[in-house]
Amino acid sequence: MTSSNNFQWRRDRDGLGVWEHRGKVAVVGYGHSPVDRRWDGVNLDTSLGAYTIMACEKAMEQAGVTIDQVDGIVCCDSHIAGGSGGSASNWAPRPYFDPPYDSEYGITLINAQWLINAMGFKNVRFAPTGVPTIGEMMGMASQAVGDGVCNTCLVIYPTGNLEGRYRRGGENADDFARGARQWTVPWGNHGGNDFINIFPHNQYCLKYGGEHDDLAPFVINQHKNGMLTLWGFNYNHGIEPISVEDYKTSRYILNPLRIWDCDRPVNASAAYLFTTAERAQDMKSQPVYVLNHSQHNFRFRTTQPDLDEVEMWTDRQAARMYEGAGLGPADVDIFNPYDGYSIMTQFFLEGFQWHGVKRGDAFAFYAGDISVKGPHPFFSSGGNLGNGRTRSAMYTDSIEQLRGTAGDRQVTVRAETALCAFTTPSSGGWLMLGKYQS
Amino acid sequence: MPKVIPVPDELSQPFWDAVNERRLVLQNCAACDKLQYPPQAACQVCGSADGLEWKEVEGKGHVATYIVIEDGRLNRRMPDQPYNLALVTLDQDPTVNFYSNLPGVPAYQAPVGAAVELTFEEVAPGQLIHEWRVAQ
Repeated sequence: MTSSNNFQWRRDRDGLGVWEHRGKVAVVGYGHSPVDRRWDGVNLDTSLGAYTIMACEKAMEQAGVTIDQVDGIVCCDSHIAGGSGGSASNWAPRPYFDPPYDSEYGITLINAQWLINAMGFKNVRFAPTGVPTIGEMMGMASQAVGDGVCNTCLVIYPTGNLEGRYRRGGENADDFARGARQWTVPWGNHGGNDFINIFPHNQYCLKYGGEHDDLAPFVINQHKNGMLTLWGFNYNHGIEPISVEDYKTSRYILNPLRIWDCDRPVNASAAYLFTTAERAQDMKSQPVYVLNHSQHNFRFRTTQPDLDEVEMWTDRQAARMYEGAGLGPADVDIFNPYDGYSIMTQFFLEGFQWHGVKRGDAFAFYAGDISVKGPHPFFSSGGNLGNGRTRSAMYTDSIEQLRGTAGDRQVTVRAETALCAFTTPSSGGWLMLGKYQS
Repeated sequence: MPKVIPVPDELSQPFWDAVNERRLVLQNCAACDKLQYPPQAACQVCGSADGLEWKEVEGKGHVATYIVIEDGRLNRRMPDQPYNLALVTLDQDPTVNFYSNLPGVPAYQAPVGAAVELTFEEVAPGQLIHEWRVAQ
């Protein structure tokens, strides 16, 4: 298979100008599996592999595309827990099962080759290995289609979770800290974006005034939007809406970070289908167009990023995205940044200045009307906090809002452009979508 | 419960050797005159590896902010929960920061903005780590 390193697809520098394929690439389908809390380790019909096949079939069906027409597969084969999550690539029950579930692939990890074999794709010519997470994959597929590397490309993001694995065992059970962990773990930081972002969040509260629990209206709104998302975890598992009191009395994880500030790891898969704007005209679904993609991977200057770095990084992300899309803050109708931990979202909101929100204004903005039916329908997807850690709600909601098919989540304001992401302040990617090509 | 024990590698060995001698040395780029920590293979400003040298710094800093780890995932530290995890900036260059558990300070009572000074803590026989305590 092709290595992602062989294809220069990233837009990860400042000053790249308007994207050369702006409006010439379209998203024509998406599909979601059920979203379970964990896989039970037994039922292969609910395994990550089965769920991924289901998501791909739904995405293709939506667009009326057959297996033979797919010539690109971009599939993330890393684990949601990451390297610090313990034995992250060694999670599956032993012994393995009969093919195609006879290794970690199909059970805890999925890659393009496993899908090609399991689903019988015959005409795939672009199937990179070493694929990054969904925040960057969406850009990779957009560039591949725009450049003609492939023509009809599935993007797949599987998120596996099994009982007792997440962040347990492995390095976290070790008495020794090796590599980069020697600088963090002896003092208790075992890694993750909760640790990375809680310190700048505290500095944010000190600098601009306010307190951690000012996040409550935002978190509660994410839950409300999640209850309007029919495929998501909360909607399908009877998660009760939370109140301000529930939030403020919830237990701490990394005080002041509360349990409700953290997304819920899940077992699920999502797929998206990309093609050229020209081909999209012949498909049965309504296309939405890619107006730009961008990526970033900023280096920490010392042990722990501080507020100054985080604000600089998010300013640069916004500048890159707006420049490449040829748009500005006032042009963005739908804004779905990232909320894997609620403490990082204000940095994106302010960096991109959505609805005029400037540095230090986010908590006051959260306290206003941010409901999907109001004038500022912030994060209409409900994000990870409202749907589970699928990291896909931001993309699916953006597509639905532009198509006008978001159901009870459909915003009442204009919905012609959408910004969506899976990103942290330091690394990830953004995608700008449009209802129209220009 | 003892802290997790750092394992030096080729790049970090001089740093930990100095810590075991109760000294704090950081990389300094001769060309940029910029300190950097943790150690890297090259200067993060100019990209040069040749100009990096080890420089002993004064062990004075300030508490920028802190959290309390109540539900962490390190097996070895779970009995210690809840405990402080502070962010300490180096006075000599406040863009350089360190983690600290602020030994002697009860959980939830870390003094944000307070001056701290360098100390050392043994985490295994012969292996120290750098820590910070509130200045008297």
